[in-house]
Amino acid sequence: MDLTLSEPYQALQAEIRDFIRVHGDKSPKVGGGRKRPDQKTLDWQKRLLEHGYVGRTIPTEYGGAGKHPDVMEAAVIASEFARASVYAGLTNQGISMLVPTLLEVGTDEQKREYVGPTIRGDMIWCQGYSEPGNGSDLANAQTKAELRDGNWIVNGQKIWTSSAHYADMMFLLCRTEPQASKHEGLSYLLLSMKSEGLDARPLKTMTGRSEFNEVFFTDVKVPETQIVLGRGKGWYVANVTLKHERLMIGDAGKMTARLEQLIKLLSTNEVDGVKLIQMPEYRDRLLRLQGEVIAWKAHNLRLLTEAAQGIESGVKRMIVKYGGTMLGFRLSSLAVDAFGDAGLTYETLGEDSEADDATTWNIDYMYDVGLMIGGGSNNIQKNIIGERGLDLPREPKAAGRV
Amino acid sequence: MDFALTLEQRQFDDSLRDFLKDRLPMERLRMLADTANGFDESLWNGMIELGLPGLLVPERFGGAGLGVLDAAVAAEALGNAAAPLAFTGSMAMAPLAFTLCASQAQQDEWLPQIAGGEVRFAVAYAGLAGQTGAASVTLDGGTLSGRIEGVMDASAATHYLVFGRDGVASVVSADDPGVSTSLRRSIDRTRPLMDVSFNGAVAERLDAANDPLAAARTVLDAGRVVLAGDTLGAAQTMLDRAVAFAKERVQFGRVIGSFQGVKYMLADCVTALEPCRGMVWYAAYAQDALPDEARLTACHAKAHVSDVARDVARMTTEAHGGMGFTDLLGLHIWFKRIGFNRQILGTPERCREEAAQLQGWTLHV
Repeated sequence: MDLTLSEPYQALQAEIRDFIRVHGDKSPKVGGGRKRPDQKTLDWQKRLLEHGYVGRTIPTEYGGAGKHPDVMEAAVIASEFARASVYAGLTNQGISMLVPTLLEVGTDEQKREYVGPTIRGDMIWCQGYSEPGNGSDLANAQTKAELRDGNWIVNGQKIWTSSAHYADMMFLLCRTEPQASKHEGLSYLLLSMKSEGLDARPLKTMTGRSEFNEVFFTDVKVPETQIVLGRGKGWYVANVTLKHERLMIGDAGKMTARLEQLIKLLSTNEVDGVKLIQMPEYRDRLLRLQGEVIAWKAHNLRLLTEAAQGIESGVKRMIVKYGGTMLGFRLSSLAVDAFGDAGLTYETLGEDSEADDATTWNIDYMYDVGLMIGGGSNNIQKNIIGERGLDLPREPKAAGRV
Repeated sequence: MDFALTLEQRQFDDSLRDFLKDRLPMERLRMLADTANGFDESLWNGMIELGLPGLLVPERFGGAGLGVLDAAVAAEALGNAAAPLAFTGSMAMAPLAFTLCASQAQQDEWLPQIAGGEVRFAVAYAGLAGQTGAASVTLDGGTLSGRIEGVMDASAATHYLVFGRDGVASVVSADDPGVSTSLRRSIDRTRPLMDVSFNGAVAERLDAANDPLAAARTVLDAGRVVLAGDTLGAAQTMLDRAVAFAKERVQFGRVIGSFQGVKYMLADCVTALEPCRGMVWYAAYAQDALPDEARLTACHAKAHVSDVARDVARMTTEAHGGMGFTDLLGLHIWFKRIGFNRQILGTPERCREEAAQLQGWTLHV
């Protein structure tokens, strides 16, 4: 065990610190997001791309820096930007999901057309996966596409589609082979959000904002070549995306940042002239969370080490989503409680405005509940942990379940 | 950066686990629990063969010269097997105390004996460790007087290493006429506690520490991390047994592990417990290499792992149904070990209070 960085990583660290010292003032504000990147963000993204701090492992012919994948380098970059509170580059579904998928299974033409604009932030993608009738059971997607005269004709409905209201493109999981089995009847299509017959309707959530959309397809035409890998390969392609997600190490940085914000909050807010941090009831909750965050950070160091060594982390990896969303919620819960009655004022003021601290924490507090549900709900996660992690038997199949 | 055990550490862990598996079958554990003094001479001698007493003794005194991380890894294996061994006090805290507090001559005298397993130290705190029982001594010239209740790892101690409230350490022989002891059975039948009275006992002061209070706390922190490792090992055994049981036990025509009620409980256990392993490693590594984080992570590791293990102990017992509540399965041995470790050397509440003081979060420091 050795937590010091070896020489090449120290050099990278020094290089980034230099970069931040020189250019840090041009960074957009950290956080926020969930809107189309503004010019300042696009300029910053371009600068990061030039230095290889984003798109680092993407081949140069597709607009990246062409470096060899190195988990430790990625961790150094992430931690240096987090440490300096400097914007570490765009994260969206196009960049973290579609791009690695295309790089693995896309055609050369698809890579050339989509990877560059996506990592530059010029092309925004949304993900057409979930449907009203099929949330957790993703492979049961019913939105269908039929091939007619060189075009896929898409009909159906998707839901929980983040950023569809400002996206340019969608990657869509749909049923093209109705006779095939559930998993083999799906295909993965790439289509423009400006297609005729496509209607994206913002879906207002409990936060008061519209983070998601419902997307309706009525005879939407998609050129035949806009398929990834081929007919019936959609489930495989969707799983390639998930496999890439595994390399993204659980977000301990976010937990640490939240804990630091919480410490500040409890050191500032008072009841009857006494700081909350000096009141045992608040303080003990904070201390318990500090203990949890230390455990979480250490767990992430284990995962990072294993990823760097190419070791499959098994159950250690499977607990990250469930454990992480629960911890996130406990952190934001204490923040909301620290605001007390003064934090009841809630003004979201639209999608783009910067909210006050109490409103921001309240949004996080509610959004954290959404995170427990999205991307495989916590109960699904517990099935995965129990069945794949602990090797417990599956629930017997219900009659009619395929 | 490499946050993993080395090959040597894994090999040592394997050999310790193999040894314990052979030596401590359930019948043997039960027998030891019934004898009530908590000392198993053959186990002790086996540990000498494995070199465990010298783990933290510097090499020039015949030890392995390893760190708290190695002790924490060994503790996990011992907790896993519910080994009745005075490891934390005699093999982890005592050698560290001599290294930090003793003069060269005192180290020359004592450390080789510790490494060889010839002496067995119980480490006792008169205050500092957050005890709720009596804990007060006075060191006057060369004699020690006072009383410390509930000393762990003391049933077969040949010597006491006593830290005063001011952090000053002294050594007292267990057979000094000024020492009187009474052994008390604890909730953990494999590990009794000792109430020790000192009445003008001859005491050798260890006076090489520049800052005795800081040294006393460093030893305490190491003890807490080692206990957290032990608790982790005990909780892991309970979880492994519950998972195995859930794959075998059939009710309503199905193995109970296929019911989501049982499955989710066990998923909750692993989700909380697995990060504790990283935490124990990190806190132990901090004792060895990250002095700025050593105190805080020790307090938190003791507190958090104890809290998680309490839940794991409860849920895994529940997963066994009625059998879990009986004496027959022996699952309660680990349940009680977790309970013992939780209260000794400072409860989670006490440890968090110390963490608050460290960060200036209290009104009265």
